[in-house]
Amino acid sequence: MEQKQMIISIGREFGSAGHEIAEKLAERFSLPLYDYNLLREIAGEKKVNVANLEPYDEVPKKGFGSRTVRGYSNSPQENIAYMQFDFLKKKAKEGQSFVVVGRCAEEALKEYKGLITIFILGDMDTKIERIAKLHNLSEKQAKEMIIQQDKKRKAYHNYFCEGKWGDSRNYEFSINSSKLGLEATVEVLEDYIKRRRQML
Amino acid sequence: MLAQVIAVTIFLIMFALIITDKIERHYVTLGCGLATLILVFGVCMRDFEAAMETLNIAPIFTLGFWYEAGTASESSSGINWATIIFIAGMMVMVEGMAKAGFFRWLCMTIAKLVRFKTIPIFITFMIMSSILAMFIDSITVILFLAAVTVELAQLLKFNPVPMILAEVFCANLGGSATMCGDPPNIIIGTSLGYSFGDFIINTGFIAGISLIVVVIYFYLVFRKELVSGVAAEDLDISKEATKIEDKKGFTASCIIFGLAVILLVSHAQTGLTVATIGLFIAIITLIAAGKSAWELLTKIDYKTVLFFIGLFVVVGGLEQTGILEVIAAFIGKISGGNMYLMIAIIIWVSGIASAFIDNIPFAATMIPVIKSLAQTEGIGLSILAWALAMGTDIGGSATPIGASANVVGTSVAAKEGYPIGWGKYCKAMMPATVIVLVISMICVWVRYL
Repeated sequence: MEQKQMIISIGREFGSAGHEIAEKLAERFSLPLYDYNLLREIAGEKKVNVANLEPYDEVPKKGFGSRTVRGYSNSPQENIAYMQFDFLKKKAKEGQSFVVVGRCAEEALKEYKGLITIFILGDMDTKIERIAKLHNLSEKQAKEMIIQQDKKRKAYHNYFCEGKWGDSRNYEFSINSSKLGLEATVEVLEDYIKRRRQML
Repeated sequence: MLAQVIAVTIFLIMFALIITDKIERHYVTLGCGLATLILVFGVCMRDFEAAMETLNIAPIFTLGFWYEAGTASESSSGINWATIIFIAGMMVMVEGMAKAGFFRWLCMTIAKLVRFKTIPIFITFMIMSSILAMFIDSITVILFLAAVTVELAQLLKFNPVPMILAEVFCANLGGSATMCGDPPNIIIGTSLGYSFGDFIINTGFIAGISLIVVVIYFYLVFRKELVSGVAAEDLDISKEATKIEDKKGFTASCIIFGLAVILLVSHAQTGLTVATIGLFIAIITLIAAGKSAWELLTKIDYKTVLFFIGLFVVVGGLEQTGILEVIAAFIGKISGGNMYLMIAIIIWVSGIASAFIDNIPFAATMIPVIKSLAQTEGIGLSILAWALAMGTDIGGSATPIGASANVVGTSVAAKEGYPIGWGKYCKAMMPATVIVLVISMICVWVRYL
């Protein structure tokens, strides 16, 4: 029997291991994963150097210094964001199934029946421990980095979406990865996704 | 006094809302325009006549609005309907031209004439951008030019960003040369009664000299970045690129454009006002479009038209309360009657302000100021008008948000994978802006003082 389209959108707090969870889910369901590699795909299609685009990935639009004229915006952040949304929409329209990390996918692709929206959060101390280890930082530096990154993600998300970043009403499944640990969180999510897939 | 405070407050709120870009510009100006009518004219001044003067509807039904026999007369304050009708009419014509493939054909024909060689394309496109922007709004010019530039860049494998930036600058410069090239000029021309010819021999002269200088400047700045990765001879693009799909529509749009240019150039002699020309051009474009007429009408950028209407009411509020005369007196005081200093202040304040805020409301606000300054300080109004036109038109080039063409050019580039941030933009464009503002100041000083 032909599998129905399934798009797993994963929002995440910085340090919650959301990206790693997304990787594992993509592997278990044999789906392509779209994250920062989205820009590589876009750059490939447009035949441009991906380094041009990377500084603006998931970066909020600056309030001052941006202007819109007849629907055209000078903001590189805004243009790059819409390029990514359009890319995701194109893939979804083609009927492709995939896992996508961040990039407002839960709202950009909301019209697709096969969309499963998940948000991964974590306890601050666990996140600090993880980030300090990953980036070789002190606890204080790690905490600062988490706060900074989450602030940026929130501003980015909330500019382009109606629903608020991390608000549980915005996602069908929100889970704290610190409680069960990475592997068990993946197990729970895999089980949930399998059940949801049967209902698609 | 209360009316002045409220008028200024509404004006500042309008500017702040335009800058933050959270609410669409036309809602901002219309809302603030309504607030001006109710609070300033209604509640504070209780002056029905001032409100009617600002709405300025009655003159539309007079012959002088459409046909001016003899010398042009100064129109009253308030909503500048001539500007609005002209801009709407030209929008219809430009849509017709775009639909017929005129702009793409022109760009590709020029690229073909210079055998698809990068540096000659760079130079000819800068000149073409200036010439087109003399008659057509710079947004449309850049929309097509930037798109073709990116297309050619991909074929010839060069970086399109320098070329797009140079085209944007030249579009703004070309717009300064004529009365219809840039909205501030249309407002200055129709408000103060100057003709197309007046602009071309004054601001056009300065723009011409500046164009030569900026072409050399951009060539020196960008020549190393404009190296093509492939030989033009290896490309098979010369035949298809200049093909015209709709020959009938193309011919009609060329004739209408030519007619518009002739009518604009000769309007001081024929007595036809810009409002008449705009309306006439729109009507013949719609007739020529036949069944597609409705499609063209729906493409009119009505938001810009509404933006202008609201804007004129807010500025009318400032004017009626006399606050702009206070500003004029202040400029007169700090310049101490020194005309050189006064010209420098007008050019540089307009230039710097236009780099960060919309130059259209700025120009509309400054017109009553220079009128008052001319009366009180005994300096020729036209001299101040040319200084204001050059300052507002050129200053807008300095930053990515200063003028509409900059926003559209950087947006087209970003959508094609070439984002242009403030740093990259200003590094090339700010020096060019300063150069042209210095040229303008010197030209005004030497020629008129």
